[in-house]
Amino acid sequence: MTRPIARPRLGRIAVHGALLFYTLVAIGPILLILVNAFKSRRAIFNEPLALPTAKTFSLIGFDKVLAKSDFGLYFLNSLTVTIGSVALVLAAGSMAAWALTEYRFRGNALLGLYMAIGVMVPIRLGSVSILQLMVDLNLVNTLTALILVYTAQGLPLAIILLAEFIQQIPRDLRDAARCDGIGEYHIFWSVILPLLRPAVATVAVFTIVPIWNDLWFPLILAPGNGKQTITLGVQQFIGQYVIDWNAVIASLSLAIAPILVLYILFSRQLVRGLTAGAVK
Amino acid sequence: MPDVTLRGISKSFGTVEILHDINLEVKDGEFCVFVGPSGCGKTTLLRIIAGLESVGAGELSIGGRRVNELAPAERRIAMVFQSYALYPHMTVYRNIAFGLKFSGGRKAEVDAKVRRTAEILHLTPLLNRKPRDLSGGQRQRVAIGRAIVREPSVFLFDEPLSNLDAALRVNTRIEIAKLHRQLAATMIYVTHDQVEAMTLASKIVVLNHGRVEQAGAPLELYHRPRNLFVAGFIGSPKMNLIKGRVVASDAEGARIALADGRETRLRKIEAALAPGQEVTLGIRPEHMAAGTGGPVALEGSVDAVERLGEASYVYMHLTDGTNITLRSPGDSKVEPGSALTVSAASGAVHLFDADGLALAHIVIPA
Repeated sequence: MTRPIARPRLGRIAVHGALLFYTLVAIGPILLILVNAFKSRRAIFNEPLALPTAKTFSLIGFDKVLAKSDFGLYFLNSLTVTIGSVALVLAAGSMAAWALTEYRFRGNALLGLYMAIGVMVPIRLGSVSILQLMVDLNLVNTLTALILVYTAQGLPLAIILLAEFIQQIPRDLRDAARCDGIGEYHIFWSVILPLLRPAVATVAVFTIVPIWNDLWFPLILAPGNGKQTITLGVQQFIGQYVIDWNAVIASLSLAIAPILVLYILFSRQLVRGLTAGAVK
Repeated sequence: MPDVTLRGISKSFGTVEILHDINLEVKDGEFCVFVGPSGCGKTTLLRIIAGLESVGAGELSIGGRRVNELAPAERRIAMVFQSYALYPHMTVYRNIAFGLKFSGGRKAEVDAKVRRTAEILHLTPLLNRKPRDLSGGQRQRVAIGRAIVREPSVFLFDEPLSNLDAALRVNTRIEIAKLHRQLAATMIYVTHDQVEAMTLASKIVVLNHGRVEQAGAPLELYHRPRNLFVAGFIGSPKMNLIKGRVVASDAEGARIALADGRETRLRKIEAALAPGQEVTLGIRPEHMAAGTGGPVALEGSVDAVERLGEASYVYMHLTDGTNITLRSPGDSKVEPGSALTVSAASGAVHLFDADGLALAHIVIPA
């Protein structure tokens, strides 16, 4: 049995201190939102850090959001856009990654480079031409526009990450499948994809979070006609002169929920995916 | 019948030529072993036969049918990989059944075949386990099961025993030999271990630097190696090689001066030798004995003695520095550091010319 060498006590305390501090910074704002979502407006401003008490407890924010706005619709829009984009990114991305790593063909390296450039150049630089394109295609104020843009946004990173994982799958497995007479499509679906599960989970989370939180593209591509996503929907509570903090905080805390659920579902796979290859 | 025939097979990766003009015939039912040092191209050759590498030049046919352009599955081969290459996310049952399902077998038929295969390989209790829950030997058997369930005409093995420990290796070797007899199938087996080659093969192909050095039955290679490479590769411990020069040669035999100045007489040499010709004498450790019993005597001092019980290996060097090994009886009293004279019968000597080609072989005792 080998045991990790015990680090000096002081060093350990420093490491834990740093980690605790980071945890606080990361979780603090979320906690603040969740706590204040259940307080009255006055309580939010008087004691923003206090937990809700019997006196300050109020569900007025949720009431406004759920009963007096189209929150359900916005939520559904966000869900549709996110799930649609992620499904497309994963399907197209994993197949592209497989093709780029497994098959030698003319332009292979060039295509890989093209994908890498997609990671480096932010898609928002193309906002104007994307808007023009969507106008020409008659896709403004549709969820399709958002799904297409987000798919393009997510693909490059997905391909690069998945290609990396595919390379770690032993060559012999593919060769064995070929000797078994399995067709190339089935090798991908029945052998490669099941082994890619942790990678797919990692890529899914990396893809979902920015899409769910994005405000930019919903604002310019689908701001009306009941196609608003949840981040855009929240904006209606932020007026020029008055901000309805109860409603903003309540809707934000509802918007966090799916991401949290996702993380809890995927966290084991996610950690495995992030550390895969680090240890044998 | 599924003979495997290779005609003028060459292969290069980029500018590096891996295989040069390989001509070979593996007959139906033969157990053919490709053996050679690492990097000699034996695995590449196997992968070409499997269809996992394209043929560079030449023609490959299986059962009289040209298969150069056919996919692995269409060649009716099955391959067992060094790493086993089991599908990690499938149970043993699914691993074995996987290929069959895709070749369109009916469910009941597939099931019967899988169970029969599991029976042969004693895998039945393991059918519902995943590969990660199996030991190395069990994984190996699953890999073999995956091959035999498809009833291929040719089995290909790529160093299947190299990941097993020594005891298991011997067991599995015997299992594979049994399996070959049971299935009467053509098998091609790659290994770098000459013991595996000698014990399993009905035909050994010795490869070196992408060329076939010699192909033949195990004992033929042992008794009549065509050149120095084969002589050194087949047999364990290695054949002793002693440099010498022909002094005189006639119908009766030849007188050869050895590097340490001694002269030795070899009788009844089949080859014509010219006086002054450089030669190498090859004598296997098991054909030598301590003492001066034979006409070919060598003198040296003992470096080390390995006592295995049934035999003792004596490692010694001659006065000119040539290292030689002697297999002596288990109760040999030789001690390291002592001087020792060893000798061999004249019929026990192989003779090679300056280019390493065999001139004469030992007289095989009838």
